[in-house]
Amino acid sequence: MVLSASDKANVKAVFTKIGGQAEEFGAETLHRMFHAYPQTKTYFPHFDMGKGSAQIKSHGKKVAAALVEAANHIDDIAGALSKLSDLHAQKLRVDPVNFKLLGHCFLVVVASHNPALLTPEVHASLDKFLCAVGTVLTAKYR
Amino acid sequence: MVHWSAEEKQLIASIWGKVNVEECGAEALARLLIVYPWTQRFFSNFGNLSSPTAIVGNPKVRAHGKKVLTSFGEAVKNLDNIKGTYSKLSELHCEKLHVDPENFRLLGDILVIVLASHFGRDFTPACQFAWQKLVGVVAHALARKYH
Repeated sequence: MVLSASDKANVKAVFTKIGGQAEEFGAETLHRMFHAYPQTKTYFPHFDMGKGSAQIKSHGKKVAAALVEAANHIDDIAGALSKLSDLHAQKLRVDPVNFKLLGHCFLVVVASHNPALLTPEVHASLDKFLCAVGTVLTAKYR
Repeated sequence: MVHWSAEEKQLIASIWGKVNVEECGAEALARLLIVYPWTQRFFSNFGNLSSPTAIVGNPKVRAHGKKVLTSFGEAVKNLDNIKGTYSKLSELHCEKLHVDPENFRLLGDILVIVLASHFGRDFTPACQFAWQKLVGVVAHALARKYH
């Protein structure tokens, strides 16, 4: 699966449009994921899962920052997320299936906040991008 | 039998009551064909699917999307017997249509995204939970008679 020039342009445009809301979107993505897919909470047994949780906010910020970084270096996502990839392989070892769930919830957040932004073409590009990020983060698992 | 809490039933019904089945169905199917282009393999007789614009405007896609979502409504009306509701459709998708059940999961997730885009903040995390559960149960029921 390859990101075309128009995919890259679409993804960059999304993150430009989202701008400073990225952190909020990151937190809401996690919140939705934990609620829609309770098994994902098993990676965060120490988290307060309530609404407005400071831990979810803080972790959402990290997740958003990584997505923004990947979008800003979209020609070399593997390079941009290399350290994160090591971390997930050696320490976190989050099962690969969960990146799809996170990606899906991110799309739900974008759709619910900014439906006009998520045209079918942009939806396709963003979905591909999120898949690519998941692939990079699990690339060194074995 | 799947257990639905009163809250889940209410969340499902309240969203479904406001869904424009024709529009949402058309949009969900179009997005499936656009976001996961390999799903076009089942619709070779649908005419022009050569671009997102063509797909969105394709009258066969719109009509079939409406048909699919109308059928989904049967699940909403029969939450306590989704298995029975889709028994014949499951056989059809296996024996005649030869559709990989993974496609039901893909369409279900696309439907959730379409609902989120239509309902915005009203599509709360609790709402999403109920609907993810529903699309999962429907996908499972449609795959159940495969052999």
